[in-house]
Amino acid sequence: MQDLTEALIELIRFTSTNLPNDVEKMLREAREKEDKGSAAQGAIETILQNVELSRKNSTPICQDTGTPIFLVHYPEGWSARKLKEQIRNAVAEATKKSYLRPNAVDAIYDKNSGNNLGDDNFPSIHFDEVEGDELTVELMLKGGGCENVGAQYSLPNNQLGAGRDLKGVRKVALDAVQKAQGQGCAPGILGISIGGDRGTGYFVSKEALFRPMEDDNANPDLDKLEKQLTEEANQLGIGPMGFGGKTTVLATKIKGMHRLPASFFVTVSYMCWANRHRKMTVRGEEIKYE
Amino acid sequence: MKPITLPFTEETIRSLQVGDPVALTGVMITGRDAMHKWMSDTFIKKTRQPQGDDLEVYEAIKKLLVGSAIYHCGPVVAGLDTKQYKFVAAGPTTSTREEPYQGDVMKHFNIRGVIGKGGMGAKTSAACQDVPGVYLHAIGGAASLIAQRVTKVLGVYKLDFGVPEAMWVIEVKDFPAVVTMDAHGNSLHADIETKSKAALEKLLAA
Ligand code: SF4
Repeated sequence: MQDLTEALIELIRFTSTNLPNDVEKMLREAREKEDKGSAAQGAIETILQNVELSRKNSTPICQDTGTPIFLVHYPEGWSARKLKEQIRNAVAEATKKSYLRPNAVDAIYDKNSGNNLGDDNFPSIHFDEVEGDELTVELMLKGGGCENVGAQYSLPNNQLGAGRDLKGVRKVALDAVQKAQGQGCAPGILGISIGGDRGTGYFVSKEALFRPMEDDNANPDLDKLEKQLTEEANQLGIGPMGFGGKTTVLATKIKGMHRLPASFFVTVSYMCWANRHRKMTVRGEEIKYE
Repeated sequence: MKPITLPFTEETIRSLQVGDPVALTGVMITGRDAMHKWMSDTFIKKTRQPQGDDLEVYEAIKKLLVGSAIYHCGPVVAGLDTKQYKFVAAGPTTSTREEPYQGDVMKHFNIRGVIGKGGMGAKTSAACQDVPGVYLHAIGGAASLIAQRVTKVLGVYKLDFGVPEAMWVIEVKDFPAVVTMDAHGNSLHADIETKSKAALEKLLAA
């Protein structure tokens, strides 16, 4: 089996230092929409300068390089156990090179491991065997500030008048954005899952965030809700960094699941503007990054 | 942007209003959860005896903090093995976690500026009026840009807290921030919270 450690270090560097173009494009559009000379416009201007600088100097876009979340889709013949080892080695090495900040803290003894390797769940790695001969590794760096403002609702929610339908989903999602204020480094991106149990709810809400910024949802009902939520969230006036302004949410991505008859969870993962996710494709000797 | 040299004069602090963009130049110290808890437990509430180099560090940072600023930041630092430290990424971290300590720490050390992101609560706002001081909101995530404005790392204390939690003494030039809590009791965060709540209620009723 091929040793991908070096290629994985490059994936981490690329993800941490080079913001995807579609995110940057939306930030540029947002800058034009904000009032001239406002704190909101100044914030986006600083963000855009920062994005350029990080790309040029190959330094982390944000110092909180978050939880590294890997989604590995491997064809038959690869060993998940060995891939996991390579990913962990790459994470430790990328930390040494300052592409990642040491972020793994023992929750019981409050000790930082220093190399981003924690227990079995840190970094977070998910495997899925696929058909064909291409191996893909997707990586997301999910920051702590925005992770803290994520929320899970159990419907019905009487306080918000949210029932077990898409209207109810809309209500709790808007509530989550209002509660988050600027704390998740707005403007943010909403990853929402509907259904599942509590655990899969959070996982799938993050999976939704891997989608391109400007794509449409294949489900027309969810597509409509995504666009509506983005527009209505922006009517809240929270703005970049919570300074007030027109841009609070850049995009919304929703995924539906099955649920237990007794449960109806709506899970909102909030992703900060530093929406760092990248993909690496391995085909024989050829390795591609996007 | 209003250029300001650290330490702040009382006059400068009183002239600042919510919404003012500023550019800071001078010496400040980074500090987050571990530092605030250590300061509070060891020197303010005194629930813990000073140990190791605690007293030495206390004396050293006391001089640096008077009239100056504390920055809620857990940086990525290069040169750890050679001690030729250089900030690589240094954006702000969420400030509310320090709300239980911040007001007392400001008063104890006479700190006039608290820099972070997300704003703080009533206790810190009260301290801003007392000391007087301001809360300055840096641009969350603008880590490379802010690191570039850190012209020099002058030293580090309590590195055993871990790199993000240690107290880094830094010299900055034109550090960008926005005043979101002033010395007159105003808070942009409280304003936006109220306005967005009203907007949400309207949307939910529709
Ligand atoms: S929320 Fe995102 S941009 Fe903000 S500090 Fe955390 S990782 Fe960085």
